[in-house]
Amino acid sequence: MTKTIKAAFFALAVPVALNAGLVIAAGDSSRGQTIATQGNGAGALACSMCHGPDGKGNDAAGFPNIAGLNAQYMSKQLHDYAKGTRKNPIMQPFASALSDEDIQTVTTYYQNLGSQTTAVTHQTADPDNQGEWLAMRGDWDNVIPACNQCHGPNGMGVGKSFPALAGQHSSYLKAQLNAWRRGTRDNDPNQLMKVIAERLSDKQISVIADYYAKLPGQLAARSNEKESR
Amino acid sequence: MNLWKPAFPVALSAFTLLVLSAHVQAADTKVDYQKQLPAGPAGEATFEPPLDRDIPDNQYGEMVRLGRDLFVNTQQLRGKNVFNDQNCVNCHLDAGRAAHSAPMWAAFGMYPAYRSKNDKVNTLTERLQGCFTYSMNGIPPEAGSETLVAMETYIHWLSTGAPVNQALPGRGYQKLEKPEGGYDRNRGARLYTEQCAVCHGDDGNGQRVAGQVVFPPLWGDGAYNWGAGMHRVNTAAGFIKASMPLGKPYTLSDQDAWDLAAFINSHERPQDPRRRSQDSLDSTAETFHNHDGFYGKEVDGKRLGDHDNYGENPGVASQ
Repeated sequence: MTKTIKAAFFALAVPVALNAGLVIAAGDSSRGQTIATQGNGAGALACSMCHGPDGKGNDAAGFPNIAGLNAQYMSKQLHDYAKGTRKNPIMQPFASALSDEDIQTVTTYYQNLGSQTTAVTHQTADPDNQGEWLAMRGDWDNVIPACNQCHGPNGMGVGKSFPALAGQHSSYLKAQLNAWRRGTRDNDPNQLMKVIAERLSDKQISVIADYYAKLPGQLAARSNEKESR
Repeated sequence: MNLWKPAFPVALSAFTLLVLSAHVQAADTKVDYQKQLPAGPAGEATFEPPLDRDIPDNQYGEMVRLGRDLFVNTQQLRGKNVFNDQNCVNCHLDAGRAAHSAPMWAAFGMYPAYRSKNDKVNTLTERLQGCFTYSMNGIPPEAGSETLVAMETYIHWLSTGAPVNQALPGRGYQKLEKPEGGYDRNRGARLYTEQCAVCHGDDGNGQRVAGQVVFPPLWGDGAYNWGAGMHRVNTAAGFIKASMPLGKPYTLSDQDAWDLAAFINSHERPQDPRRRSQDSLDSTAETFHNHDGFYGKEVDGKRLGDHDNYGENPGVASQ
């Protein structure tokens, strides 16, 4: 069915508008997938080698989960790797080998793998759960707003500048917060993350990274509990 | 506002001299609806509200929690009492705890208080109802309703140990002297793009995900209306200075804060609800807007507030 529709679409679209974005877009998703699974044939190896077949990355290796991340956010990161404004010895050569169009297609591909949390029922933060409190209420005595104030309810991400945190690997989140603290990562808009990372304690970094890594599982368990009631 | 209406029957009665003197008197005794409560005293805020984990486990504590949850997620009342995209916590940071962000613990002991905004002594209940009318572009919950009892109980609890009838440092918003050269909304526009748009959007419309407001709109139908305190340039400048950008308080200069406030507050927003009982934009502006604000002023060839768009607010409670 889908194939028939696509074929019909092509038959109509190609003769009418040879330069149409539609045609390129139709080619895009498979091109994005090709880059993700086989590389771009110009120096960028398959993303899936590190980020896994489903884009979920690897906690032990510190490879981030990129499935469902905002495409524009990922695009900026890849451009920053290529320019050297975000430093990573593994990503730098791959990002440099990707054309602008490659970056657009491959980030769209990963955004569409969408597995990030979307459950946003309001719940009240528990003051005795340090991670949850920091995520939902912050630590204002130390001028630390709640993470969710920018990253959205349940850390699901907001627009192109505030990436999803829920479901991200703990090792990656810790590494990034520490990089901001040390000044080895500084490609955030207006240093909004840097100033907050600098105020976070080691304990807070550890607790918040674990909180977001486990959050999707906890939300799923909570909603199952409700359903079975 | 009632002061003006009696003047007309007198005027029609043709006792010219009386009329004249009545007019003079009216001008002399004209209520100053613009004057704000005095700012809190200078100095570091030292008051420490109690911690959430110490909310007692009894009926009082239940009300505290209910009030707190309404405070941080006021959108629960959308369509009933709230008709824009705001939550209390947007302007009263850290759930009403943050100093210089009009903290609740510094407000509680100040009421009842005379407010020139409505020319009478206001209870805390009435003050909160005012927030609903203007900042939330809404319909205030009734006195004694669970919503207001809960919010007042939360505020009461936050104020545990705070002195009564004594202004505390950190009360209200930071008072910023107006820059000598005034403020410049065009300069504010450039700063807005650099400093604010990443969260609040180029169009001032804020950002939402999955139907929830994350960054509140600063103008447009989802924003505070033309009667809210935050539409005043001085008030917004004080808020911006002490609290924005989020996580970077006191990083903007006073001039920056004023310019930004001027830019943000020189955009359209829902009509001042007091306009409903006024004859014209002019009379509304003259009666209620003789302060640092753009209501009724011409910006980019258009007069601000010259419309009957009350946002989503239907004007009367639906029941």
